[in-house]
Amino acid sequence: MLAYLVRRTLYGGATVFGVLVFLFLLFFSVTTPDDIARKAVGEKAPPSVLEQWKANHGYDMPLVWNPRDFMETMLAEHFRRMLTFDFGRSDADDTPIADRLRQGVLPSLSVTLPLFSIGIVLGIGLSLFVAFFRETYIDRAGVFLCVLAMSISMLLYIIGAQYLIGKLFRWVPISGFDSSPAVIARFLALPVLVGVLSGLGSNVRFYRTVFVEETSRDYVRTARAKGCTDTQVMIRHVLRNAMIPILTNVVIAIPFLFTGSILLESFFGIPGLGAITVDAINGNDFATLRTMVYIGSLLFIAGQVLTDVSYALVDPRVRLQ
Amino acid sequence: MPSSTRGCGFSRGTQGYAVELHVISNVVVAVIVGGLGAAAWRLRKSLVWRGAGRELLRRRPIALAVVGLYVTVALLDSISWIGRSEAGRKSEAVALHRPGSVIDRLFPADFDEKSYSAPFAHTEFYGGASLRYAGRHPLGTDILGRDVMHLTLKGARVALLIGAFTSVIVIPLALVFGVSAGYFGRRTDDVVFFVMSTLASMPGLLLLIALIVVLGRGTLQVCVALGVTSWVGFCRVVRGETFKLRELEYVEAARALGLADARIILRHVLPNLMHLVVITFVLLFSGLVLSEAILSWLGIGIDGSWGQMIDQARDELSREPIIWWNLTGAAMALFGLILAVNVVGDAVRDVLDPRTLRERL
Repeated sequence: MLAYLVRRTLYGGATVFGVLVFLFLLFFSVTTPDDIARKAVGEKAPPSVLEQWKANHGYDMPLVWNPRDFMETMLAEHFRRMLTFDFGRSDADDTPIADRLRQGVLPSLSVTLPLFSIGIVLGIGLSLFVAFFRETYIDRAGVFLCVLAMSISMLLYIIGAQYLIGKLFRWVPISGFDSSPAVIARFLALPVLVGVLSGLGSNVRFYRTVFVEETSRDYVRTARAKGCTDTQVMIRHVLRNAMIPILTNVVIAIPFLFTGSILLESFFGIPGLGAITVDAINGNDFATLRTMVYIGSLLFIAGQVLTDVSYALVDPRVRLQ
Repeated sequence: MPSSTRGCGFSRGTQGYAVELHVISNVVVAVIVGGLGAAAWRLRKSLVWRGAGRELLRRRPIALAVVGLYVTVALLDSISWIGRSEAGRKSEAVALHRPGSVIDRLFPADFDEKSYSAPFAHTEFYGGASLRYAGRHPLGTDILGRDVMHLTLKGARVALLIGAFTSVIVIPLALVFGVSAGYFGRRTDDVVFFVMSTLASMPGLLLLIALIVVLGRGTLQVCVALGVTSWVGFCRVVRGETFKLRELEYVEAARALGLADARIILRHVLPNLMHLVVITFVLLFSGLVLSEAILSWLGIGIDGSWGQMIDQARDELSREPIIWWNLTGAAMALFGLILAVNVVGDAVRDVLDPRTLRERL
């Protein structure tokens, strides 16, 4: 058991290493520090200004090999910053990236958490309903509606909701954010609604597949033979057994709650991590961008290791190879 | 292949460049049509593929027809030549040097207005200049006076280009890595699996954005970035399927006969993966086009795509009176294509993948 834990954690660490190497290749070799500096100070800036900017932002070391001090390289610095969660300063406005991330987590979570929980409950409820009527017209119509909902671009959901609910009916503000809990609900209603709606199609379809698969198992027939009603079978037997694939799917998505939704946050003016990413794109802020990718993958890897370990602890069928 | 959108303004200096581009585009169209024809001719004897094709046509005739319509529009928009368009009475000297596609030639060369026109409008908007083609813009014009119908039709080519071009990158990459990992196992598998889990651990949209910001903006770069982020899922499927195929009797028999690995892979493994290639291609497609719409909104998409049209039309909803036709054209075209491809994709999976057939009760 202990050996499995250690091995799984080490593999997670190796993946983090892989991500860091990939990010180094992308952000220091494909675009060199010179490219980044030139984008920041402008094409026509004199070389002295360029060098000054590189020195100020810590881009003035040799890339991988420094004969005088082998720790004084961009590669070593990249690893040091990322692994110590220092992250350095933004390329665009010089603020410490770690501070901005800390400020952005709460607004991001305030959108993604309600979105996520409502989405799961609604998705499972609707798909149970559809699976209950499988192979009837209700089921066919449900699946077709799902495909229809999946075919609409997220942009259209956002534009449509902002126009209808925000502008035409004037129920809630079109966009904005506030720190006081009383006001915040009015601001969050629209992004949460849009997020739930846009994800509903694929969610319901996925859960339905799981449920329909479960209903063809032997234990369902046994339960029916014992005289359980259809509702009992669906809730007590099918839902419980289907929880395993559903939970796997849900747990995988949890790490990404922290990184927020790029589209929702920028459309609805929520100052979370997604909005920081959009700012980084528009401002050619490479330092923030690579930090965001790193944070996202770090959370994902940690989540995966935890899931695997908890499976191994809980489920006796998981063999520890 | 940058699109030869009207209003790009090729100067005299870039004239030779423009000529080459539209010739390349024409050749590509010929290659695609020829290749598809040759493939269909070769597969006509294969019972499996012919049966699958018939079954698909029987189940989803409308969706297939819609997809065919989009492909036709895109191909027509890719065939272009230089010369006066038939209706182009007033076409300036510049127009003579600019390649125009078949779709371009359906519209008069001076079809653009000065500013907005509502669909089939006879009166001008906001007191602008009077309309040159009053009542002849079926979807109206946008803020620059460009005909929305024309732009929407041209968007079909961009959308299909994204899907096709990215698939050209993704499919060989995933096949090479997935088959070698699954067939050879051991070290090869370890390395491929490590690369896959590294790439898969980075959040998709963030990685996509990072790649495009680093590589630069343009059709090729966006397609490469989409390819890098989407090959992992396909590779995983191919790897798993190859694992299974490797253990089958006929592969074992081929090995016992002393066939080389390369021959076994080419003759016995790859043909049995082809149904997965087709399924993945269709299922991948709608996701790619939708991703591009999001990228367009972030300002890093492809010029002339429907995503860009939606992005540009967004602010016009707040004008008074409201300008809706702009958004509607692009949105309906995007929705129609994605819906048709999704429906066809599900049918393709049901027809070609025996596993889902069994699970379908």
